[in-house]
Amino acid sequence: MIEKILVLEVVLPLLAAPVCVLVRHPRFCRLFSLGVIAACFAIAVALLVEVRGGGVISYQLGGWPPPLGIEYRVSTINAYLLALVTAMALVVFSFDSRGGPPRVPEQRRHLYYAVFLLCISGLLGIAITGDAFNIFVFLEISSLSSYILVSLGGHRRAVMSAFYYLVMGTIGGVFFMLGVGLLYQATGTLNLRDIAARLEPSLDDRGTVLALALLVVGISIKLAVFPLHHWLPNAYSFAPPKVSAFLAATATKVSFYLLAMVLFTIFGAPFVFEELRLQAVLLPLSILAMFLASGAAIFQTDLRRLLAYSSVAQIGYMTLGLSTANATGLAGGLVHLFNHAVMKGGLFLVVACLLYRVGSVHIDALAGIGRRMPLTSAALVIGGLSLIGVPGTVGFVSKWYLVSGVLERGWTAAAVLILLSSLLALVYVGKVVEVVYFRKPAETQPIDHVREAPLGMLAPAWVLAAAAVFFGLTTDWTYGVAREAAELLLAGGI
Amino acid sequence: MKPPSRVREMPILRVIARALVPVILLFGLYVQFHGDFGPGGGFQAGVIFAAGLIIFALVFGAEALRQVVPVVLTERLMAAGVLLYGAVGVVAMFLGGEFLNYSALDPLTTGHYGQHLGIIVIELGVGIAVAATIMRVYYAFVDRRADEDGTGADPALDAGAGGEAT
Repeated sequence: MIEKILVLEVVLPLLAAPVCVLVRHPRFCRLFSLGVIAACFAIAVALLVEVRGGGVISYQLGGWPPPLGIEYRVSTINAYLLALVTAMALVVFSFDSRGGPPRVPEQRRHLYYAVFLLCISGLLGIAITGDAFNIFVFLEISSLSSYILVSLGGHRRAVMSAFYYLVMGTIGGVFFMLGVGLLYQATGTLNLRDIAARLEPSLDDRGTVLALALLVVGISIKLAVFPLHHWLPNAYSFAPPKVSAFLAATATKVSFYLLAMVLFTIFGAPFVFEELRLQAVLLPLSILAMFLASGAAIFQTDLRRLLAYSSVAQIGYMTLGLSTANATGLAGGLVHLFNHAVMKGGLFLVVACLLYRVGSVHIDALAGIGRRMPLTSAALVIGGLSLIGVPGTVGFVSKWYLVSGVLERGWTAAAVLILLSSLLALVYVGKVVEVVYFRKPAETQPIDHVREAPLGMLAPAWVLAAAAVFFGLTTDWTYGVAREAAELLLAGGI
Repeated sequence: MKPPSRVREMPILRVIARALVPVILLFGLYVQFHGDFGPGGGFQAGVIFAAGLIIFALVFGAEALRQVVPVVLTERLMAAGVLLYGAVGVVAMFLGGEFLNYSALDPLTTGHYGQHLGIIVIELGVGIAVAATIMRVYYAFVDRRADEDGTGADPALDAGAGGEAT
């Protein structure tokens, strides 16, 4: 049954978007979108259950068999990504932001929902499709809609940061496209598995090496790998808070999958990590990201910027897991996708609660807010502890497997550096917690009127905070699935 | 009321535009519906059709076009075109085929008729969506001048949707 309706995972949100534009009723659009996302989540979970243990479901669009037609192919790693994106979309979308983004008047609210659905559809499409050009199309759908979403933030600079994101994202998209073009030239096919089967990468073949370089750089821009991360802090800190939560929890995760898929499935681990030795670039950049971005986070005075820089650092952990190229490390990187989505999504929702009640998330404005908004602040602390990697939270699970993977590879120094970088996270999280709980509110900014956030906001934030603890204690569905996916990737499968 | 621009005062342009616009629109429809036998298709047809209407607006003023095709209508048509395309795929699924498997549209003959029907309908969807999008882009440019207060509001839509209860 599920293999018959697999395509609905992408088609439902894709077609729900024009329905929202046609109906134009904001309340209907909101509930309708929520229903569609819930249905997508149900399909994703059903797919994950179906393919766990090595199953593969293939779907031929239009009845044209691959490699000529477009193939949707779901194995453990795709289903994991689909479940991650839809789960985060569901939680974030159910967050009641009381009237949507500030720059969108009531009579155009339906367009906001339509764009949100398109963004989800694009991200799901990247994760599900087995066709290189189809990936590019979905990459553009998700990117274009996320530029729009970012530009809807209340601050004037939101538009500028969205434009910067657009320029960087388009460069990334063009690099990706060029890479796909070179692969097409080398193999004459666009089906990913077919490319992988026909491609015989070697260092003497300049075209193939160039294709790899273009693909890696293009995806790295979208993923915000360390020196290419400049669009991210602005985009995340000026976007509407709900959008920041959604993008932080999903967009970079899908790009990470794309990078892993290109390296392991298309080019294969032996070529990339033994012949070309990509880890010689990836490993130092990951470690630099962990330290420099965490260091930058310490000096931020705006909570959203702090979290955004922390995201850049966390992406460093993921790429570190990628560069180990062994099952434990790669699984650590993959499980960090989910774990980071849970904690950073939760933290950005907390930020949205604070923005709604306090009106600012400047560090000084939050002084003493822990007494006025105890539940929101508690969720903030849980998310923060998870960023540090305290045992019992999801952050610990990721770091445990990352360190194991790195040690398995024999990189003792890198393992030490992972642990040291956690200390930086301790500093920036500690700074926020200190202000929220122990500092007296400034005379100029009385907070007596501030009340606890409404339930419609608090509940989604707490769902993610609770998930950060729950999945920190049971790892069967997170690490278990990630391990399977990692082994699949290392074997060159998809 | 703004003073008429110079283009609108030129009788030759007005007469020729009046004669040409219907032909351009007709040619757009020809490219649309002949696309399965000759060069053409939804995208090209949509562009030609929208170009014809934009020529009309350039000569007779955007207000004149707005009376024929209101801004809200372009937005609805954009969505409707996409939906028409997608609906073909979904209908094919309900008839037992894969998404967008046109052969399933005609379960009786299992021949090319289903393929033919499918491509015509999806290209119609493409044509509607493209024509509406290009006109919406045109409206967005035309109304830019009214937006110099920098509020970021979109006067095209606000004027078009003003009377509508949302």
